[in-house]
Amino acid sequence: MASPTTATTPPAAPARVARTRTKPTDRGLDRAFRYLSVGSGVLILAVLAAVAIFLVLEGLPALTDSELADKVQWIPEGGTLWSLVGPLIFGTVLAALVSLAIAVPVAVGIALFISHYAPRRLASALGYLVDLLAAIPSVVFGLWGVLVLAPRLQPVWQFLADYLGWIPLFEGDAHGNASNPPRVLMTTAVVLAVMILPIITAVSREVFLQVPRLHEEAALALGATRWELVRMAVLPFGRSGVISAAMLGLGRALGETMAVLMILSPGLLYSFQLLVASQQQTIAANIAAKFNDADDIGRSTLIATGLALFVITMLVNMAARWIVARRKDFSGAN
Amino acid sequence: MAQRIDAKDLNIYYGSFLAVSDVTMSIDPQSVTALIGPSGCGKSTFLRSLNRMHEVIPGARVEGTVAMDGVDLYGADVDPVAVRRQVGMVFQRPNPFPTMSIAENVLAGVRLNNKRISKGDAQDLVEQSLRHANLWNEVKDRLAKPGSGLSGGQQQRLCIARAIAVKPQVLLMDEPCSALDPISTLAIEDLIAQLKSEYTIVIVTHNMQQAARVSDRTGFFNLAGVGQPGRLVEIDATSTIFSSPTQQATEDYISGRFG
Repeated sequence: MASPTTATTPPAAPARVARTRTKPTDRGLDRAFRYLSVGSGVLILAVLAAVAIFLVLEGLPALTDSELADKVQWIPEGGTLWSLVGPLIFGTVLAALVSLAIAVPVAVGIALFISHYAPRRLASALGYLVDLLAAIPSVVFGLWGVLVLAPRLQPVWQFLADYLGWIPLFEGDAHGNASNPPRVLMTTAVVLAVMILPIITAVSREVFLQVPRLHEEAALALGATRWELVRMAVLPFGRSGVISAAMLGLGRALGETMAVLMILSPGLLYSFQLLVASQQQTIAANIAAKFNDADDIGRSTLIATGLALFVITMLVNMAARWIVARRKDFSGAN
Repeated sequence: MAQRIDAKDLNIYYGSFLAVSDVTMSIDPQSVTALIGPSGCGKSTFLRSLNRMHEVIPGARVEGTVAMDGVDLYGADVDPVAVRRQVGMVFQRPNPFPTMSIAENVLAGVRLNNKRISKGDAQDLVEQSLRHANLWNEVKDRLAKPGSGLSGGQQQRLCIARAIAVKPQVLLMDEPCSALDPISTLAIEDLIAQLKSEYTIVIVTHNMQQAARVSDRTGFFNLAGVGQPGRLVEIDATSTIFSSPTQQATEDYISGRFG
């Protein structure tokens, strides 16, 4: 009984001793940690703001110049900045969306296999291999895409053009053919899909592994098969995580430069033809291709296109947040 | 629709570890059978072997037979998924699907069995199941809200509604009140008394008063020591177990001398 009384109403002197002995270090560490975390948060904002300011300031000459088309040769005759930026945004978003459409189903499939189907040893080996895929430099992917993948994909694209050509995306050229060599958006999207596969798989796998055992047992006890368990408990629980993963992948696909530059034959059209060369170009690849030979106003124009990419990426992330927040009540986080 | 269960010479293993040894037990239809005993005595493992849920853990297997109305649940051509559709289960902690609404939770099992159910039938079934689970009046105005927004006791009754919506033969309950407050516990116990007329109920509980209140028969599980298999010491009418058990260990346990 003695110890609780001393703890609650201690004599004045020992309490002061205790305070001087323990509190300064605790306070100091606490404060240091707070500064560190607040500082990190502020740093992110500062970097983001610095990038935005740089893009606006450097792009300003191009944004305000009314005779830009006369000074910058790669802007179409008589056009404005928008006749360059518009098709580039279109091409960038199209390439990213097509690659996402290819990558997400495959990534979710791999993640489910690792988390709920594969024997444990195979699962960890497979997970390791997928992570390894993320370590391959994009220039290597570009080389592989051009030299190995493209020639092998050409017959496939020809098949698509022949039999699914009535779908605008798979429409062939004037003769109904897919381009050869296939330096087309579809080939680019396949390579981009391989590049964003690891991040989507890794995040999805982690989310699927987080599904509470209770929920899985609830499904099993109702007589769910493995697939029904996945559909009933795992996928709904992992939905927001998969969306986040897809957005991370989309971010990478939007900004990927090297692989696109090496594979895609550029064009500046609002064209949905994925199998025909010289139709579209992406912002990042366009900057890389033109930057070295550009004069001052040319560089400013390219930076203005970079600003457009920055804005698109922000919009994509905000859209993702909104999608995730919309069904927050059902997220399983409460 | 309630059915009897006969376990005979049942040994349950996890890998090479014998968890429960040599259980022979008959469970009458339309009755409540309580399983009591100290932690680790295998009563939950035995319960989960009645709907083959213990097989979820890799390496788990059984020897012996569990027959439901004469059909061995462990027969070579019996699908564990089919067994679980006949034998409903309620868990220790309430586990409604957080991604589903209250109504969807009730229908979750039905949608597995029978994908096409008309909207009207679905509504009727939701109401009927929730009424059976004594939850209808509390949730009828918010059927589209997530089930995770309910209190713990309401969530547990939602889980019971979900289990009985598929009209199982048997209802297993694994310490269904251990995470609940006394008022919610009372609600569940009243519900068990009502459900008894339609289902065969087996309940595992740590609470001996609860076993005495809700059950017709009580089985006492015990284990000889750590690492030893659990076994069924005796099973008899609840009044007999709590007044004049035949085994010394049972008397020691119910009189609070250990456990």
